[in-house]
Amino acid sequence: MKKYFEATYDKLPLAGVIEEAGNAQGYETGSWGTFRPVFHEEICIHCMFCWVYCPDTAIQVEDGKVVGIDYVHCKGCEICSVECPTKPEKAITMEKK
Amino acid sequence: MPEQLALTGNEAVAHAMRQINPDVVAAYPITPQTSMMQKFADFVADGLVDSELVLVESEHSAMSATVGSQASGARSMTATAACGLALMWEILGIASAYRLPIVMPVVNRALSGPINIQGDHSDSMGTRDCGWIHIFSENAQEAYENTIMAMRIAEHPDVLTPAMVCLDGFIISHGVESVTIYKDNLVKKFVGEYQPHYTLLDAKHPITLGAMDFSDFYFEHKVSQLDGYNNSHSVILDVGSEFKKTFGGGECYEFFEAHKMDDAEYAVVVLGSTAGSTRMVVDDLRAQGVKAGMLKIRVFRPFPYEEIARLLAPLKGCAVLDRSIAYGGDGGPVHIEVRSALYGQSPVPVMLNYIYGLGGKPIEPEHIHSAFKDIQEAVATGNVKRRVGYLNLTE
Repeated sequence: MKKYFEATYDKLPLAGVIEEAGNAQGYETGSWGTFRPVFHEEICIHCMFCWVYCPDTAIQVEDGKVVGIDYVHCKGCEICSVECPTKPEKAITMEKK
Repeated sequence: MPEQLALTGNEAVAHAMRQINPDVVAAYPITPQTSMMQKFADFVADGLVDSELVLVESEHSAMSATVGSQASGARSMTATAACGLALMWEILGIASAYRLPIVMPVVNRALSGPINIQGDHSDSMGTRDCGWIHIFSENAQEAYENTIMAMRIAEHPDVLTPAMVCLDGFIISHGVESVTIYKDNLVKKFVGEYQPHYTLLDAKHPITLGAMDFSDFYFEHKVSQLDGYNNSHSVILDVGSEFKKTFGGGECYEFFEAHKMDDAEYAVVVLGSTAGSTRMVVDDLRAQGVKAGMLKIRVFRPFPYEEIARLLAPLKGCAVLDRSIAYGGDGGPVHIEVRSALYGQSPVPVMLNYIYGLGGKPIEPEHIHSAFKDIQEAVATGNVKRRVGYLNLTE
Protein backbone atom coordinates (compact mmCIF):
# COMPACT_ATOMS: atom_id res chain seq x y z
CA MET A 1 0.00 0.00 0.00
CA LYS A 2 2.69 2.41 1.01
CA LYS A 3 4.29 2.12 -2.42
CA TYR A 4 1.08 3.42 -4.03
CA PHE A 5 1.03 6.52 -1.85
CA GLU A 6 4.60 7.30 -2.77
CA ALA A 7 4.18 6.66 -6.52
CA THR A 8 3.68 9.48 -9.04
CA TYR A 9 0.53 9.21 -11.19
CA ASP A 10 2.35 7.57 -14.11
CA LYS A 11 3.72 4.76 -11.93
CA LEU A 12 0.37 3.62 -10.55
CA PRO A 13 -1.17 0.36 -11.81
CA LEU A 14 -3.19 0.90 -14.98
CA ALA A 15 -6.88 1.78 -14.70
CA GLY A 16 -6.87 1.99 -10.92
CA VAL A 17 -6.52 -1.77 -10.70
CA ILE A 18 -5.59 -3.21 -7.31
CA GLU A 19 -2.98 -5.82 -8.09
CA GLU A 20 -2.60 -7.43 -4.65
CA ALA A 21 -5.29 -9.53 -3.04
CA GLY A 22 -6.13 -8.67 0.58
CA ASN A 23 -4.33 -5.37 0.60
CA ALA A 24 -6.98 -3.61 2.69
CA GLN A 25 -4.83 -4.70 5.63
CA GLY A 26 -2.29 -2.08 4.62
CA TYR A 27 -4.87 0.73 4.46
CA GLU A 28 -5.19 2.69 7.67
CA THR A 29 -8.83 3.56 8.38
CA GLY A 30 -8.58 3.81 12.14
CA SER A 31 -8.51 7.60 12.09
CA TRP A 32 -11.87 7.96 10.32
CA GLY A 33 -14.34 7.85 13.22
CA THR A 34 -15.18 10.32 15.96
CA PHE A 35 -15.92 7.56 18.48
CA ARG A 36 -14.01 4.41 19.22
CA PRO A 37 -15.07 1.17 20.86
CA VAL A 38 -13.57 0.23 24.21
CA PHE A 39 -13.44 -3.46 25.17
CA HIS A 40 -14.26 -4.52 28.77
CA GLU A 41 -12.82 -7.97 29.24
CA GLU A 42 -14.41 -8.52 32.66
CA ILE A 43 -17.94 -8.21 31.19
CA CYS A 44 -17.40 -10.06 27.90
CA ILE A 45 -19.08 -13.49 27.50
CA HIS A 46 -17.19 -14.23 24.23
CA CYS A 47 -20.35 -14.83 22.22
CA MET A 48 -18.51 -13.51 19.11
CA PHE A 49 -21.45 -11.34 17.97
CA CYS A 50 -19.09 -8.36 17.61
CA TRP A 51 -16.62 -10.47 15.65
CA VAL A 52 -19.35 -11.64 13.25
CA TYR A 53 -20.84 -8.18 12.73
CA CYS A 54 -17.66 -6.10 12.43
CA PRO A 55 -17.43 -4.99 8.77
CA ASP A 56 -13.69 -4.40 9.03
CA THR A 57 -12.61 -7.54 10.91
CA ALA A 58 -11.27 -5.27 13.62
CA ILE A 59 -12.26 -7.47 16.58
CA GLN A 60 -9.14 -9.27 17.74
CA VAL A 61 -9.65 -12.88 18.78
CA GLU A 62 -7.19 -15.35 20.27
CA ASP A 63 -8.01 -18.98 21.13
CA GLY A 64 -11.71 -18.37 20.68
CA LYS A 65 -11.79 -15.35 22.98
CA VAL A 66 -12.13 -11.65 22.21
CA VAL A 67 -8.95 -9.91 23.35
CA GLY A 68 -9.28 -6.39 21.98
CA ILE A 69 -9.91 -4.04 19.07
CA ASP A 70 -7.68 -3.33 16.08
CA TYR A 71 -7.64 0.47 16.15
CA VAL A 72 -5.62 0.69 12.92
CA HIS A 73 -8.64 -0.56 10.94
CA CYS A 74 -11.66 0.14 13.17
CA LYS A 75 -13.69 2.97 11.60
CA GLY A 76 -15.77 3.51 14.73
CA CYS A 77 -19.07 2.43 13.18
CA GLU A 78 -20.41 1.27 16.57
CA ILE A 79 -21.97 -1.94 15.24
CA CYS A 80 -20.02 -4.06 17.76
CA SER A 81 -21.31 -2.03 20.67
CA VAL A 82 -24.89 -2.08 19.41
CA GLU A 83 -24.82 -5.84 18.88
CA CYS A 84 -23.14 -6.67 22.20
CA PRO A 85 -25.83 -8.58 24.19
CA THR A 86 -24.48 -8.32 27.74
CA LYS A 87 -26.71 -6.58 30.33
CA PRO A 88 -26.90 -4.30 32.11
CA GLU A 89 -23.39 -3.25 31.05
CA LYS A 90 -22.11 -3.82 27.52
CA ALA A 91 -18.72 -5.41 27.03
CA ILE A 92 -17.98 -2.87 24.29
CA THR A 93 -18.82 0.78 24.86
CA MET A 94 -18.13 3.82 22.70
CA GLU A 95 -16.06 6.77 23.81
CA LYS A 96 -15.11 9.99 22.10
CA LYS A 97 -11.59 10.02 20.70
CA MET B 1 -7.08 -11.85 -54.24
CA PRO B 2 -9.36 -9.51 -52.31
CA GLU B 3 -13.05 -9.80 -53.07
CA GLN B 4 -15.06 -7.02 -54.65
CA LEU B 5 -18.59 -7.09 -53.22
CA ALA B 6 -21.68 -4.91 -53.45
CA LEU B 7 -22.33 -4.14 -49.79
CA THR B 8 -24.03 -1.61 -47.59
CA GLY B 9 -21.79 0.12 -45.07
CA ASN B 10 -23.39 -1.95 -42.34
CA GLU B 11 -22.62 -5.20 -44.18
CA ALA B 12 -19.06 -4.07 -44.88
CA VAL B 13 -18.46 -3.41 -41.17
CA ALA B 14 -20.12 -6.73 -40.28
CA HIS B 15 -17.58 -8.37 -42.60
CA ALA B 16 -14.77 -6.60 -40.71
CA MET B 17 -16.22 -7.99 -37.49
CA ARG B 18 -16.44 -11.45 -39.03
CA GLN B 19 -12.77 -11.28 -39.97
CA ILE B 20 -11.79 -9.94 -36.54
CA ASN B 21 -13.81 -12.80 -35.01
CA PRO B 22 -14.15 -11.27 -31.53
CA ASP B 23 -14.63 -13.61 -28.56
CA VAL B 24 -17.78 -11.85 -27.41
CA VAL B 25 -20.26 -9.53 -29.09
CA ALA B 26 -23.05 -8.02 -27.03
CA ALA B 27 -25.88 -6.24 -28.79
CA TYR B 28 -29.31 -4.86 -28.21
CA PRO B 29 -31.37 -6.50 -30.95
CA ILE B 30 -34.07 -3.86 -31.44
CA THR B 31 -34.16 -0.26 -32.73
CA PRO B 32 -31.93 1.78 -32.70
CA GLN B 33 -29.69 -1.17 -33.60
CA THR B 34 -28.98 -1.36 -37.32
CA SER B 35 -28.68 -4.09 -39.93
CA MET B 36 -24.97 -4.31 -39.08
CA MET B 37 -25.65 -6.50 -36.08
CA GLN B 38 -28.35 -8.38 -38.00
CA LYS B 39 -25.73 -9.31 -40.61
CA PHE B 40 -23.23 -10.26 -37.90
CA ALA B 41 -25.90 -12.46 -36.27
CA ASP B 42 -26.16 -14.22 -39.64
CA PHE B 43 -22.44 -14.93 -39.53
CA VAL B 44 -22.83 -16.34 -36.02
CA ALA B 45 -25.79 -18.51 -37.06
CA ASP B 46 -23.91 -19.73 -40.13
CA GLY B 47 -20.96 -20.75 -38.00
CA LEU B 48 -18.56 -18.35 -39.75
CA VAL B 49 -17.36 -16.85 -36.46
CA ASP B 50 -16.65 -18.26 -33.02
CA SER B 51 -18.08 -15.23 -31.24
CA GLU B 52 -20.46 -15.60 -28.33
CA LEU B 53 -23.34 -13.30 -29.32
CA VAL B 54 -25.10 -11.99 -26.23
CA LEU B 55 -28.45 -10.35 -26.90
CA VAL B 56 -29.10 -7.97 -24.05
CA GLU B 57 -32.06 -5.92 -22.88
CA SER B 58 -30.77 -2.41 -23.57
CA GLU B 59 -27.87 -0.47 -25.05
CA HIS B 60 -26.72 0.35 -21.52
CA SER B 61 -26.53 -3.39 -20.94
CA ALA B 62 -24.82 -3.97 -24.29
CA MET B 63 -21.94 -1.71 -23.27
CA SER B 64 -21.95 -3.12 -19.73
CA ALA B 65 -21.71 -6.69 -21.01
CA THR B 66 -18.95 -5.66 -23.41
CA VAL B 67 -17.03 -4.01 -20.57
CA GLY B 68 -17.45 -7.10 -18.39
CA SER B 69 -16.29 -9.57 -20.99
CA GLN B 70 -13.40 -7.36 -22.14
CA ALA B 71 -12.27 -7.03 -18.51
CA SER B 72 -12.29 -10.82 -18.25
CA GLY B 73 -9.72 -10.85 -21.04
CA ALA B 74 -11.97 -11.61 -24.02
CA ARG B 75 -11.87 -9.44 -27.14
CA SER B 76 -15.33 -7.88 -27.12
CA MET B 77 -17.30 -5.68 -29.46
CA THR B 78 -20.70 -4.11 -29.82
CA ALA B 79 -22.28 -1.66 -32.25
CA THR B 80 -24.85 1.05 -31.83
CA ALA B 81 -26.48 4.15 -33.25
CA ALA B 82 -28.18 7.35 -32.20
CA CYS B 83 -30.15 7.11 -28.93
CA GLY B 84 -28.53 3.73 -28.30
CA LEU B 85 -25.18 5.46 -27.94
CA ALA B 86 -26.81 8.06 -25.72
CA LEU B 87 -28.07 5.31 -23.41
CA MET B 88 -24.55 3.83 -23.25
CA TRP B 89 -23.07 7.14 -22.09
CA GLU B 90 -22.49 6.18 -18.48
CA ILE B 91 -20.63 2.99 -19.39
CA LEU B 92 -18.56 4.63 -22.15
CA GLY B 93 -16.60 6.50 -19.51
CA ILE B 94 -16.14 3.30 -17.52
CA ALA B 95 -14.81 1.42 -20.58
CA SER B 96 -12.21 4.12 -21.23
CA ALA B 97 -11.28 4.57 -17.56
CA TYR B 98 -10.73 0.81 -17.18
CA ARG B 99 -8.49 0.95 -20.26
CA LEU B 100 -10.54 -1.63 -22.12
CA PRO B 101 -9.76 -1.52 -25.84
CA ILE B 102 -13.31 -2.11 -27.08
CA VAL B 103 -13.97 -1.26 -30.72
CA MET B 104 -17.51 -0.11 -31.45
CA PRO B 105 -18.87 0.86 -34.86
CA VAL B 106 -21.33 3.75 -34.49
CA VAL B 107 -23.86 4.46 -37.19
CA ASN B 108 -24.19 8.23 -36.82
CA ARG B 109 -27.82 9.16 -36.55
CA ALA B 110 -29.86 12.01 -35.11
CA LEU B 111 -30.87 12.08 -31.48
CA SER B 112 -34.52 12.40 -30.53
CA GLY B 113 -36.43 14.65 -30.38
CA PRO B 114 -38.21 15.24 -32.51
CA ILE B 115 -38.00 11.56 -33.37
CA ASN B 116 -35.74 11.01 -36.33
CA ILE B 117 -33.71 8.01 -37.42
CA GLN B 118 -31.66 9.59 -40.19
CA GLY B 119 -28.06 10.61 -40.36
CA ASP B 120 -26.23 13.31 -38.48
CA HIS B 121 -23.35 13.45 -36.00
CA SER B 122 -25.25 14.47 -32.85
CA ASP B 123 -24.89 11.04 -31.25
CA SER B 124 -21.13 10.55 -31.31
CA MET B 125 -20.43 14.25 -30.81
CA GLY B 126 -22.34 13.98 -27.55
CA THR B 127 -19.77 11.43 -26.40
CA ARG B 128 -16.69 13.28 -27.56
CA ASP B 129 -15.28 13.75 -24.06
CA CYS B 130 -15.87 10.17 -22.88
CA GLY B 131 -12.28 9.11 -23.51
CA TRP B 132 -12.92 7.16 -26.70
CA ILE B 133 -11.03 7.50 -29.97
CA HIS B 134 -13.35 8.71 -32.75
CA ILE B 135 -12.52 7.72 -36.32
CA PHE B 136 -14.85 8.94 -39.09
CA SER B 137 -15.45 7.20 -42.39
CA GLU B 138 -16.34 8.71 -45.75
CA ASN B 139 -17.78 5.57 -47.31
CA ALA B 140 -18.38 1.84 -46.73
CA GLN B 141 -14.81 0.97 -47.73
CA GLU B 142 -13.38 3.32 -45.11
CA ALA B 143 -15.84 2.09 -42.47
CA TYR B 144 -14.67 -1.48 -43.15
CA GLU B 145 -10.99 -0.56 -43.06
CA ASN B 146 -11.30 1.77 -40.05
CA THR B 147 -12.90 -1.05 -38.05
CA ILE B 148 -9.89 -3.27 -38.71
CA MET B 149 -7.37 -0.51 -37.96
CA ALA B 150 -9.25 0.57 -34.82
CA MET B 151 -8.60 -2.85 -33.27
CA ARG B 152 -4.86 -2.38 -33.59
CA ILE B 153 -4.95 1.22 -32.36
CA ALA B 154 -7.16 0.49 -29.35
CA GLU B 155 -5.31 -2.67 -28.30
CA HIS B 156 -1.82 -1.19 -28.63
CA PRO B 157 -0.19 -1.68 -25.20
CA ASP B 158 0.71 2.03 -24.95
CA VAL B 159 -2.87 3.05 -25.77
CA LEU B 160 -5.43 0.58 -24.32
CA THR B 161 -8.28 2.94 -25.11
CA PRO B 162 -11.65 2.13 -26.67
CA ALA B 163 -12.42 3.37 -30.17
CA MET B 164 -15.56 4.28 -32.10
CA VAL B 165 -15.68 3.84 -35.84
CA CYS B 166 -18.20 6.38 -37.09
CA LEU B 167 -20.17 5.99 -40.31
CA ASP B 168 -22.96 8.27 -41.49
CA GLY B 169 -26.41 6.83 -40.94
CA PHE B 170 -28.19 5.69 -44.10
CA ILE B 171 -25.85 7.43 -46.56
CA ILE B 172 -23.08 4.96 -45.66
CA SER B 173 -24.85 2.45 -43.43
CA HIS B 174 -27.64 1.59 -45.85
CA GLY B 175 -26.28 2.74 -49.23
CA VAL B 176 -24.84 -0.07 -51.37
CA GLU B 177 -21.32 0.45 -52.67
CA SER B 178 -18.62 -1.60 -54.25
CA VAL B 179 -16.39 -2.64 -51.34
CA THR B 180 -13.07 -4.47 -51.43
CA ILE B 181 -12.99 -7.11 -48.71
CA TYR B 182 -9.41 -8.22 -48.05
CA LYS B 183 -8.52 -11.84 -47.51
CA ASP B 184 -9.65 -13.27 -44.19
CA ASN B 185 -6.26 -14.65 -43.23
CA LEU B 186 -4.49 -11.36 -44.01
CA VAL B 187 -6.93 -9.37 -41.89
CA LYS B 188 -6.68 -11.92 -39.09
CA LYS B 189 -2.90 -11.67 -39.19
CA PHE B 190 -3.01 -7.86 -39.27
CA VAL B 191 -5.33 -7.67 -36.28
CA GLY B 192 -3.38 -10.32 -34.33
CA GLU B 193 -4.29 -11.96 -31.07
CA TYR B 194 -5.57 -9.86 -28.18
CA GLN B 195 -3.19 -9.79 -25.23
CA PRO B 196 -5.07 -8.30 -22.28
CA HIS B 197 -3.08 -6.22 -19.83
CA TYR B 198 -5.12 -7.64 -16.93
CA THR B 199 -7.65 -10.41 -16.82
CA LEU B 200 -10.21 -11.02 -14.13
CA LEU B 201 -10.12 -14.76 -14.79
CA ASP B 202 -6.50 -15.29 -13.77
CA ALA B 203 -7.04 -17.00 -10.42
CA LYS B 204 -3.30 -17.08 -9.71
CA HIS B 205 -3.08 -13.29 -9.93
CA PRO B 206 -6.37 -11.97 -8.56
CA ILE B 207 -7.00 -8.27 -9.13
CA THR B 208 -9.68 -5.78 -8.23
CA LEU B 209 -11.05 -3.68 -11.11
CA GLY B 210 -13.41 -0.83 -10.41
CA ALA B 211 -12.58 -0.20 -6.77
CA MET B 212 -13.64 2.98 -5.00
CA ASP B 213 -11.16 5.69 -5.93
CA PHE B 214 -11.38 8.88 -3.90
CA SER B 215 -9.48 12.13 -3.96
CA ASP B 216 -6.19 10.47 -3.10
CA PHE B 217 -5.92 8.64 -6.46
CA TYR B 218 -8.83 9.46 -8.80
CA PHE B 219 -7.16 12.51 -10.35
CA GLU B 220 -3.90 10.58 -10.79
CA HIS B 221 -5.71 7.73 -12.53
CA LYS B 222 -7.50 10.12 -14.88
CA VAL B 223 -4.26 11.78 -15.95
CA SER B 224 -2.66 8.38 -16.45
CA GLN B 225 -5.66 7.50 -18.65
CA LEU B 226 -5.11 10.72 -20.60
CA ASP B 227 -1.44 9.82 -21.19
CA GLY B 228 -2.52 6.48 -22.65
CA TYR B 229 -5.10 8.26 -24.76
CA ASN B 230 -2.54 10.70 -26.09
CA ASN B 231 -0.22 7.83 -27.03
CA SER B 232 -2.80 6.92 -29.68
CA HIS B 233 -1.65 9.94 -31.71
CA SER B 234 1.48 8.27 -33.07
CA VAL B 235 -0.03 4.77 -33.00
CA ILE B 236 -2.81 5.90 -35.37
CA LEU B 237 -0.19 6.96 -37.92
CA ASP B 238 1.87 3.76 -37.49
CA VAL B 239 -1.15 1.48 -37.85
CA GLY B 240 -2.37 3.47 -40.88
CA SER B 241 0.95 3.17 -42.66
CA GLU B 242 1.21 -0.54 -41.86
CA PHE B 243 -2.31 -1.06 -43.16
CA LYS B 244 -1.48 0.73 -46.39
CA LYS B 245 1.67 -1.35 -46.78
CA THR B 246 -0.22 -4.60 -46.14
CA PHE B 247 -3.36 -4.01 -48.17
CA GLY B 248 -2.55 -1.11 -50.53
CA GLY B 249 -5.81 0.67 -51.13
CA GLY B 250 -7.11 4.06 -50.09
CA GLU B 251 -5.91 7.55 -49.47
CA CYS B 252 -6.96 8.35 -45.96
CA TYR B 253 -5.02 6.42 -43.35
CA GLU B 254 -3.69 9.42 -41.44
CA PHE B 255 -5.48 12.03 -39.33
CA PHE B 256 -7.10 13.61 -42.34
CA GLU B 257 -7.12 13.78 -46.10
CA ALA B 258 -5.89 17.06 -47.55
CA HIS B 259 -7.43 17.31 -51.02
CA LYS B 260 -5.76 19.95 -53.23
CA MET B 261 -4.57 21.81 -50.15
CA ASP B 262 -0.97 22.43 -51.26
CA ASP B 263 -1.64 25.80 -52.88
CA ALA B 264 -5.23 26.29 -51.69
CA GLU B 265 -6.56 29.71 -50.69
CA TYR B 266 -10.03 28.58 -49.62
CA ALA B 267 -11.01 25.32 -48.01
CA VAL B 268 -13.91 23.43 -46.55
CA VAL B 269 -13.34 21.28 -43.46
CA VAL B 270 -15.67 18.30 -43.29
CA LEU B 271 -16.26 14.92 -41.63
CA GLY B 272 -17.78 11.76 -43.06
CA SER B 273 -19.72 11.13 -46.24
CA THR B 274 -20.09 14.82 -47.18
CA ALA B 275 -16.41 14.73 -48.11
CA GLY B 276 -17.43 12.97 -51.35
CA SER B 277 -19.55 15.89 -52.57
CA THR B 278 -17.04 18.41 -51.24
CA ARG B 279 -14.21 16.79 -53.22
CA MET B 280 -16.32 17.11 -56.37
CA VAL B 281 -17.09 20.78 -55.64
CA VAL B 282 -13.40 21.48 -55.04
CA ASP B 283 -12.53 19.91 -58.40
CA ASP B 284 -15.25 22.00 -60.11
CA LEU B 285 -13.91 25.17 -58.53
CA ARG B 286 -10.35 24.28 -59.51
CA ALA B 287 -11.55 23.92 -63.12
CA GLN B 288 -12.89 27.47 -62.81
CA GLY B 289 -9.52 28.70 -61.53
CA VAL B 290 -10.50 29.03 -57.86
CA LYS B 291 -7.79 27.73 -55.54
CA ALA B 292 -10.11 25.55 -53.50
CA GLY B 293 -9.25 22.65 -51.23
CA MET B 294 -10.80 20.24 -48.78
CA LEU B 295 -9.70 18.99 -45.39
CA LYS B 296 -11.50 15.78 -44.56
CA ILE B 297 -10.95 14.96 -40.91
CA ARG B 298 -10.70 11.23 -40.28
CA VAL B 299 -9.65 11.29 -36.64
CA PHE B 300 -11.81 13.64 -34.60
CA ARG B 301 -10.56 12.33 -31.25
CA PRO B 302 -7.65 12.70 -30.60
CA PHE B 303 -8.06 15.95 -32.54
CA PRO B 304 -4.90 16.62 -34.59
CA TYR B 305 -4.52 20.26 -33.50
CA GLU B 306 -0.99 20.95 -34.64
CA GLU B 307 -1.27 19.22 -37.99
CA ILE B 308 -4.53 21.02 -38.79
CA ALA B 309 -3.14 24.39 -37.71
CA ARG B 310 -0.16 23.97 -40.04
CA LEU B 311 -2.45 23.13 -42.93
CA LEU B 312 -5.13 25.79 -42.42
CA ALA B 313 -3.13 28.78 -41.17
CA PRO B 314 -1.79 29.77 -44.63
CA LEU B 315 -5.32 29.90 -46.15
CA LYS B 316 -7.20 33.09 -46.92
CA GLY B 317 -10.46 31.59 -45.70
CA CYS B 318 -12.09 28.38 -44.63
CA ALA B 319 -15.53 27.08 -43.82
CA VAL B 320 -16.07 24.34 -41.26
CA LEU B 321 -19.06 22.08 -41.85
CA ASP B 322 -20.74 20.62 -38.78
CA ARG B 323 -23.40 17.93 -38.87
CA SER B 324 -24.41 18.64 -35.26
CA ILE B 325 -24.90 21.60 -32.96
CA ALA B 326 -22.88 22.32 -29.83
CA TYR B 327 -25.72 24.13 -28.03
CA GLY B 328 -24.38 27.20 -26.30
CA GLY B 329 -20.98 26.68 -27.89
CA ASP B 330 -19.41 28.44 -30.84
CA GLY B 331 -21.40 26.78 -33.63
CA GLY B 332 -20.65 23.10 -34.08
CA PRO B 333 -18.10 20.90 -32.35
CA VAL B 334 -15.73 20.64 -35.33
CA HIS B 335 -15.70 24.43 -35.65
CA ILE B 336 -14.83 24.82 -31.98
CA GLU B 337 -11.86 22.48 -32.36
CA VAL B 338 -10.60 24.03 -35.59
CA ARG B 339 -10.76 27.53 -34.13
CA SER B 340 -8.92 26.35 -31.07
CA ALA B 341 -6.27 24.71 -33.25
CA LEU B 342 -5.62 28.02 -34.99
CA TYR B 343 -5.07 30.04 -31.82
CA GLY B 344 -1.58 31.48 -31.82
CA GLN B 345 -1.16 31.20 -35.58
CA SER B 346 -0.48 34.36 -37.54
CA PRO B 347 -2.02 35.22 -39.88
CA VAL B 348 -5.21 33.20 -39.52
CA PRO B 349 -7.79 32.56 -42.23
CA VAL B 350 -11.24 34.08 -42.20
CA MET B 351 -13.40 31.34 -40.73
CA LEU B 352 -17.06 30.52 -41.19
CA ASN B 353 -19.06 27.72 -39.67
CA TYR B 354 -22.03 25.97 -41.26
CA ILE B 355 -24.41 23.61 -39.53
CA TYR B 356 -25.92 21.24 -42.07
CA GLY B 357 -27.63 17.92 -42.63
CA LEU B 358 -29.33 17.55 -39.26
CA GLY B 359 -31.73 14.61 -39.16
CA GLY B 360 -30.70 13.55 -42.66
CA LYS B 361 -31.36 16.90 -44.38
CA PRO B 362 -29.77 16.54 -47.81
CA ILE B 363 -26.53 18.33 -48.57
CA GLU B 364 -26.10 18.97 -52.28
CA PRO B 365 -23.06 20.25 -54.19
CA GLU B 366 -24.83 23.62 -54.62
CA HIS B 367 -24.86 24.08 -50.84
CA ILE B 368 -21.13 23.44 -50.59
CA HIS B 369 -20.63 25.80 -53.54
CA SER B 370 -22.50 28.48 -51.59
CA ALA B 371 -20.20 27.96 -48.61
CA PHE B 372 -17.16 28.47 -50.83
CA LYS B 373 -18.80 31.56 -52.34
CA ASP B 374 -19.44 32.99 -48.89
CA ILE B 375 -15.84 32.53 -47.82
CA GLN B 376 -14.50 34.16 -50.96
CA GLU B 377 -16.86 37.08 -50.41
CA ALA B 378 -15.92 37.39 -46.73
CA VAL B 379 -12.23 37.41 -47.64
CA ALA B 380 -12.76 39.93 -50.46
CA THR B 381 -14.85 42.34 -48.38
CA GLY B 382 -13.25 41.67 -45.01
CA ASN B 383 -16.76 41.42 -43.66
CA VAL B 384 -18.11 38.24 -42.03
CA LYS B 385 -21.87 38.52 -42.32
CA ARG B 386 -22.62 35.48 -40.25
CA ARG B 387 -20.10 33.59 -38.17
CA VAL B 388 -22.32 30.50 -37.85
CA GLY B 389 -24.70 29.83 -40.72
CA TYR B 390 -26.81 26.97 -42.04
CA LEU B 391 -26.76 25.02 -45.29
CA ASN B 392 -30.08 23.98 -46.83
CA LEU B 393 -32.15 25.35 -43.96
CA THR B 394 -35.54 26.78 -44.90
CA GLU B 395 -35.01 30.30 -43.61
